[in-house]
Amino acid sequence: MAIKEKAPAAALAAPAAPSNRLAAARRRLGWTGMACVGVVGAVVLAAVVGQFLAPYDPTVGSVTQRHLGSSAEHLLGTDQAGRDIFSRLLAGARTSLLGPLIVVGATAVAGSALALTAVWFGGKVDAFLGRVLDVLFAFPSLLLAILAVAIFGPGLVTASIALAIAYIPYSARVIRSVALRERSLPYVKAAELQGINGFTITVRHILPNVWTQILTGSTINFGYAIVDLAALSFLGLGIQPPEADWGLMISNGQESLQQGFPEQSLYAGLCIVVTVAAMAYIGERLGGRAAAGRSKS
Amino acid sequence: MRFLIRRFLALGGVLIASSMIVFCALYLAPGSPEQFLVQGRTVSPEVLDAIRAQYSLDDPLPVRYWNWLSGVFTGDMGRSLLTQQDVGALLASRIPTTLSLAAYAAALIIICGIGLGIVAGTRGGVAERIVIFASNLGIAVPTFFAALVLMSVFSVGLGWFPVFGAGEGAVDRVWHLTLPALALSLPSIAVIARITRTAIVEESESEHVLIAVARGLPRRVILWRHTVRNSLLPVTTAVGMHIAGLVAGAFVVEYAFTLDGTGALLVNSVQRKDFAVVQAIALIMVIAFGVVNLLVDLLYTVIDPRVRLKKGA
Repeated sequence: MAIKEKAPAAALAAPAAPSNRLAAARRRLGWTGMACVGVVGAVVLAAVVGQFLAPYDPTVGSVTQRHLGSSAEHLLGTDQAGRDIFSRLLAGARTSLLGPLIVVGATAVAGSALALTAVWFGGKVDAFLGRVLDVLFAFPSLLLAILAVAIFGPGLVTASIALAIAYIPYSARVIRSVALRERSLPYVKAAELQGINGFTITVRHILPNVWTQILTGSTINFGYAIVDLAALSFLGLGIQPPEADWGLMISNGQESLQQGFPEQSLYAGLCIVVTVAAMAYIGERLGGRAAAGRSKS
Repeated sequence: MRFLIRRFLALGGVLIASSMIVFCALYLAPGSPEQFLVQGRTVSPEVLDAIRAQYSLDDPLPVRYWNWLSGVFTGDMGRSLLTQQDVGALLASRIPTTLSLAAYAAALIIICGIGLGIVAGTRGGVAERIVIFASNLGIAVPTFFAALVLMSVFSVGLGWFPVFGAGEGAVDRVWHLTLPALALSLPSIAVIARITRTAIVEESESEHVLIAVARGLPRRVILWRHTVRNSLLPVTTAVGMHIAGLVAGAFVVEYAFTLDGTGALLVNSVQRKDFAVVQAIALIMVIAFGVVNLLVDLLYTVIDPRVRLKKGA
């Protein structure tokens, strides 16, 4: 969550007073971008305190209350088990953000580590790591996640880590290309001549200069991770019922939808669409169009 | 030619490495391989022996890998751990559905994605704004959600399309696969439309187009021969990536529409812990993914000779 909140602020090059900072963020993101930050902020808030705000227990239903329409008691109605849809959406925000957070965190750490190692040593190390990434590129990301689930069993953490492994080559390739440019600059040579060791130069000097790229990539990956993890939950391979999760809710609602009660699937789907669209817009504004061509699967 | 050979060798190396990953994945599982393959089901000693023989568990690891790989190449992919069906035969009955779905979706991506991008890039105004807005939104719509919305509106609500099944015969199949293909291709159409539009806008500001305008060439000729043709180079890469992605993206949509394709089989096999089938499908998907990517690279060298020179050097 920290990544998302900090993203617009961290992108500002110069430190500024708080009021200027807001204005500068607005200039950078535009009004639409600020609205997107608002949307993401609301989802994060729901993920953090949602369970205290939820009017009902998200996992307990009542047989007599099935498929109710929206009313004052049940803001968005109830699902096929008589559970309050609004409460489930609030509770689902947590699992729906927690998984992508693991994915993005792991991807950023491992991707940067691989890229920076390859760039620092260059030569054979770079070539070898390049080959390893080529093999990972050969696996479509959802397929890798499904393989991992087949071996280690379904669950949020398994699915998230597998997805992170699938995302690493993309993120490592982008960071590598930026870091390669930094590596050739005179200040790195100067630090080397002063006898500072490679690890310190990489972490203290090169890393801060590729930080923006890492953050931008993470913002964009976050959107993809939400969709991919929701797909896994939809297939019954991610979060397990009766836990509340947006992807799972869409899948739970599939049968009701065919009977003419589309509410549950519809609302959960809209939550995903709006959150992902907002993340994508912010990411694009921060990083330009570089990531627009990345394959979604 | 050197470029071709290098590209083939690279694909071969990557495929060997990834087939090792698919094969060795079995040994990463907690517990012994037999335990994992049987998954707590009670089986007779004969079945257990059959499983040991299928995975040649009594031989050392390299021999096991070699047996498995040569089996795959001779069309013998083992038997399902659950139903004892021949995996090769099981797959052969499922592949046509997935292939037709992917081909249909690929056609939609090429026609709708590039078409919308060209319209947005050349017309401007309201059309451009609508396409940009729709593509921003379309990228965020997960395929399975698109699948459910389409199903709810056109199958359940209006009754225009069937809710499930892949259909018999050509016409019926197209009718059955329209909604799944649409759902599958929607996010890619959005991305491709956006990339095409950007490429066209950039290309139409380039010097050679300006000169063509200055020389008084007809607008049609400038548009199709100069702007569109050159801007399709970056688009080809993106289209290729997305079509390769369909290979693996299809299973979510197949599952949503209960189509009997390989993807749905993969998901069901994971749910039922039938690892032999999972392994075979994973391997086939990786191969298909690699081959499509290779074809795109080759196509790219045909379209733009500069690539051949740059990469082959």
